[in-house]
Amino acid sequence: MTDITNILIVGVGGQGTILASRVLAGAVQMTGQDVKVSEIHGMAQRGGSVVTQVRYGKEVASPIIPEGEADIILAFEKLEALRWLPYLKKDGSILINDQRIDPMPVVVGAAQYPSDVLDIIKKERKEVFIINGLEKAVEAGNAKAVNVVLLGLLARCLKIDKQTWLDVIRETVPSKLLEVNLKAFEEGWNSFDR
Amino acid sequence: MKKLLTGNEAIARGAWEAGVVVCTAYPGTPSTEITENAAKYDEMYAEWSPNEKVALEVGLGAAIAGGRALVSMKHVGVNVAADPLFTLSYTGVNGGLVLVSADDPGMHSSQNEQDNRHFGRAAKIPVLEPANSQEAKDFTKLAFDISEMFDTPVMLRTTTRVAHSQSLVELADREEKGIKEYQKNPSKYVMIPANARHRHVVVEDRLIKLKNYAESTDLNRVEWNDTKIGVITSGVTYQYVKEILPEVSILKLGMTFPLPQKMIMDFADKVDQLYIVEELEPFIEEYVRSWGLDVHGKDTFPLIGELLPETIAAKMVQTLGDCSPRETAEPDQLQYEVPPRPPVLCPGCPHRGLFYVLNKLKVTVAGDIGCYTLGCLAPLKAIDTTICMGASIGTAIGMEKARGKDFARSLVAVIGDSTFIHSGITALVDVVYNKATTTTIILDNRITAMTGHQHNPTTGFTVKGEPTKEIDLVLLAKAVGVERVRVVDPFELEGLEKIVGEELAAEEPSVIITQRNCALIDKSRNNPYSVSPGACTGCLRCLKLGCPCIAKEGKKVRINLAQCVGCGLCATVCPSEAMRKEGSAND
Ligand code: SF4
Ligand code: SF4
Repeated sequence: MTDITNILIVGVGGQGTILASRVLAGAVQMTGQDVKVSEIHGMAQRGGSVVTQVRYGKEVASPIIPEGEADIILAFEKLEALRWLPYLKKDGSILINDQRIDPMPVVVGAAQYPSDVLDIIKKERKEVFIINGLEKAVEAGNAKAVNVVLLGLLARCLKIDKQTWLDVIRETVPSKLLEVNLKAFEEGWNSFDR
Repeated sequence: MKKLLTGNEAIARGAWEAGVVVCTAYPGTPSTEITENAAKYDEMYAEWSPNEKVALEVGLGAAIAGGRALVSMKHVGVNVAADPLFTLSYTGVNGGLVLVSADDPGMHSSQNEQDNRHFGRAAKIPVLEPANSQEAKDFTKLAFDISEMFDTPVMLRTTTRVAHSQSLVELADREEKGIKEYQKNPSKYVMIPANARHRHVVVEDRLIKLKNYAESTDLNRVEWNDTKIGVITSGVTYQYVKEILPEVSILKLGMTFPLPQKMIMDFADKVDQLYIVEELEPFIEEYVRSWGLDVHGKDTFPLIGELLPETIAAKMVQTLGDCSPRETAEPDQLQYEVPPRPPVLCPGCPHRGLFYVLNKLKVTVAGDIGCYTLGCLAPLKAIDTTICMGASIGTAIGMEKARGKDFARSLVAVIGDSTFIHSGITALVDVVYNKATTTTIILDNRITAMTGHQHNPTTGFTVKGEPTKEIDLVLLAKAVGVERVRVVDPFELEGLEKIVGEELAAEEPSVIITQRNCALIDKSRNNPYSVSPGACTGCLRCLKLGCPCIAKEGKKVRINLAQCVGCGLCATVCPSEAMRKEGSAND
């Protein structure tokens, strides 16, 4: 089962992680591979910590990724990147949207938001890529398109050709938002360099 | 054609392909999307029923009349539907009937973790457990055939991971089954004791036939491999075992009640060591032990919570060194504190103002199930109890009866509009009838919000989006016999506080309806608020609202402009008028 690619998309309920995972799964499907996606709904959608797991390859049995086996984590928020870091392989890559959203225990002063989240992550893993997704989304024309910016960034790390991504976005996104989302995808795609 | 579907979408598709004509449900995670998707097919009637008991009753009516019916609910919903279910097992069906029970190991969004295979056994009906979306679709179709073949309702049990995981599914066309002939048959369908006694014999007889079926159906199958270890498993756990223990032999049970005893004994015979890997209860294990077999089950794997692949690997290695599970990663022990991120009421949520007031008044609050349950968390901390759908009003009556009328002067029951219709209304009848003086607050946000915004009898629309008659909660409460009924806007904090005070003081039943659209369906987007740093004195009173857009910054606060929906509640509670509306949403 070593030919399986494991991707974890994490964030805060309401950030649009689900759309990102749907597009990713759609793109994989177009390449003819087996794919499984697992997401948790309900309570977690109300601003809680959310995680979607996408696994693909020749044949995938379990829909969930064992701890320590994710090849890539795409994090929509910094603290969530840290929370799910143990799921990332030692040599895996983590793509982080440089945004801070305080969880309620921090807001009410019952807990602290670690000030050095990105430093901690950089100490733990070598492949860390940080992006200001909000800024890029605004550049693309809508602050809400952060999820597609991040998707563009993720796409750059996978072996699926660009046209496939664009086709799936066309199918998934409502037509009046399409243009902004295509731009947002480009923003993400182009901001990858290392 | 192959399509990526969640287990829930696949079940809806399976029902359509199986020629189902009626789909009923009450929304509940992780089952909700079955009905949402079923409603998209024109060939099937679909409804959100007021509760699961009604959903099953409508389904059984359709089935007895000769049509195929799909009834879906979450695990705890089956508790509500249990009453008709146990007798439906006696009458049997005519057109097929499948009851989906979506269980939630790990309690991702549930108040308990019950294993509904027990219900199948107790009601004496077959239980099928799909392991992925393809099986979810195939088993649904097969379940209808089994239902008609054996004249029984069939339970299709899924778990969160099956319901909400997406995998590829081969689609097929719909097979029109038409409506079977209906014949009046009181000895089968009228369960007076004289008839029911005969039917119980039929049920036991059917169970024997089902046991034979279990031995020969493709639902149960063996995958031979190394015979040192044999694993019996079902549902999504099968997928974990397959991935983590590629070298063991597996008996995969697609039908977990009744069990194929002979098949299991044969399998046990051929392997050196027998393991039963099942999530939650030792359901299969107890049977297997009762047949005198020696197995590892709950002595090795946890009884509580979701069973994860890495747990299976770790536990197998602990008990048995040489089972060669696929190598799994050594988990990282992070040395850092990561603050939890519990769910919160959304920005602009209409419930926030009410809980702020209830917290301020320090009243005891009997709570219920819905978004508003989140009012129990800091900083609002305004809920004392949450038991099950519809329990709040009855709980409040009991508290009053135990502690007296004075206690009721600082006691309220809170319940959502959908929950009130689900099963709160009968308890409100009890308030009036048994002379309690309880104050009931119906949090009417015009939708069933928690499960993802489904319609209910108070919204004026059906699951297919057709307009329908809308229940008037004021008239309903009055009809039940409550004389004091008041409607308020939960954003008008002053008025709200005054009304709550007055109704608490009144020594008679009262109902307060707080009415305001759920923030996620409210179309009137306002400009966000921001904090004028000069005016903010750092009293932090606004933080008591628990609005996720307001955070402390230094000694003062700031508002996250991207998230704020401009509900203005923070401005209402700020004593220094530091919160002001922005000129435009974009600055
Ligand atoms: S979904 Fe609606 S009711 Fe639920 S927390 Fe959000 S705003 Fe409130
Ligand atoms: S106006 Fe105030 S209370 Fe309302 S959403 Fe914005 S910050 Fe929160």
